[in-house]
Amino acid sequence: MSTLTPYERLKTVRSPARPNGEKYVRALFSDCVELCGDRRFAEDPAIVSGIGYIDGIAVTYIAVDRGEDIEARMKKHFGCPMPEGYRKALRLMKQAEKFRRPVVCLVDTMGAFCGADGEERGQGQAIAENLFEMMGLKTPIVSVIIGEGGSGGALALAAADRVYMLENAVYSVISPDGCASILWRDAGRAHDAAECLHITAEDMVKLGIAEGVVSEHGGDFDLLCGELQKTVARELRALSKLPTEKLLAARYARFRRIGVYEEGGDR
Amino acid sequence: MLNRKKRRIPEGAPFTDEEFDVVCSGCKSVHKRSELLKTGYICPDCGRYVRVPARDRIRMIADSGSFYELDRGITSVDFLDFPGYGEKLEKAKKQTGERSAVVTGVMRVLGIPCAVFAMDSRFVMASMGSAVGEKITRLFEYAEEMRLPVFGVTCSGGARMQEGAVSLMQMAKCSGAVRRHSDAGLLYVALLTDPTTGGMTASIAMEGDITLAEPHALVGFAGRRVVEQTTGTALPDDFQTSEFLLDHGFVDAVVVRSDLRDTLGRILRLHVGGGD
Ligand SMILES: [Zn+2]
Repeated sequence: MSTLTPYERLKTVRSPARPNGEKYVRALFSDCVELCGDRRFAEDPAIVSGIGYIDGIAVTYIAVDRGEDIEARMKKHFGCPMPEGYRKALRLMKQAEKFRRPVVCLVDTMGAFCGADGEERGQGQAIAENLFEMMGLKTPIVSVIIGEGGSGGALALAAADRVYMLENAVYSVISPDGCASILWRDAGRAHDAAECLHITAEDMVKLGIAEGVVSEHGGDFDLLCGELQKTVARELRALSKLPTEKLLAARYARFRRIGVYEEGGDR
Repeated sequence: MLNRKKRRIPEGAPFTDEEFDVVCSGCKSVHKRSELLKTGYICPDCGRYVRVPARDRIRMIADSGSFYELDRGITSVDFLDFPGYGEKLEKAKKQTGERSAVVTGVMRVLGIPCAVFAMDSRFVMASMGSAVGEKITRLFEYAEEMRLPVFGVTCSGGARMQEGAVSLMQMAKCSGAVRRHSDAGLLYVALLTDPTTGGMTASIAMEGDITLAEPHALVGFAGRRVVEQTTGTALPDDFQTSEFLLDHGFVDAVVVRSDLRDTLGRILRLHVGGGD
């Protein structure tokens, strides 16, 4: 288990030294064919996607990629997908459904891109459509938060049957910096905000948001990917045995039970 | 579904007439609730649309005496021990008399039964916490069971950060309920009102079969200031308004308040018998 504080983990996964999504794709999947474009407007390089095998199982993979060097990072908006990125992901999920291929999503994003062009092309609508479609997608979905799970832009690739967290990965409703600005008008208190928000992998398991945590093996990328590959493949094999109706009922139930509220007598 | 007998919806109850003050979101002038109910929540001072408290929103649309509330007892709790949240909730409950940021139930519009939810921006900016998520989910489940259409009035500051990632998950939870209701062949009409932002825009606000919006309402995903910083240029005045969304193809119609009841009634009537 990670010994880092929540904020240290956020800084760790945001560090340029951290492997990017595409590197995970190359390590986890074999015989890959990359597939591009949303067929509506453009190709968003912030999402790297295609088909390949994981441990012998044919899958559709969808990964957010921050880019390896500064040039790539600029092009990929530092891993903040545009609406067309989410629409590309959805196109490939529907394609996976057609061919009864499971979907594996690797999530690492600060959030959906926040530019004027994204708003013009319906950033909110694109995420909403992914959630709506994923909740009824007739094929198994396994999502792994490999770095940062930044709010709705991350959830749009994680409305899944199983969600795993890498040991240092975080999942948050708002960036701790943004939260600190709102709470204390002081972005410098992001460290405190990160504590309050409960963003760690262990928090996610405790809150019923993730099924498990995958060890990063002290930074040994090969060992990490070996374990992750085994975990994802095991889940896919189990999920593939379920009849579609049961799969969808279980996916709904998985999210249905998340929430803490009180119910008084007065109606 | 041909053999399923239609269940009767419960009898409605009248709304209470207690007086309270409402602040105009446009010019900040303060008005009596009774006065605003007469104008349809149009500000007597500046003529702009005042944000309508959830219960009055339903009152303005439902046939008189037809609204029956569901799940009134569900309320938010500060389960993460988040700084200031407990007090914030207490204050919101006291000020609004509500227990959560959404009112749900069943009503008739021009005689046609319809499930309804309306968000209340006075309650922690109508952000989407567990209570909101649970009530909206239950409403869509109820509507599916009763084979009713859903009319939803959205306004929200987005996710409720004080409930952490659990708040975020409400987007998926509600989307799942909308999806099941939709798969049952049932109608969902959304009305986007000022302001509908963040996680609300990125989930149930944009999942209707028909999406209506009120004139000049702010509707968007990212906050205007964030967009300006990202883009590095000034944005047009109408950026992220209902009219902007209509221009870009993201809403079906911008409907003025005085036409809303008739428009909704017409849409509902066109779907009677559909989906069965
Ligand atoms: Zn006014």
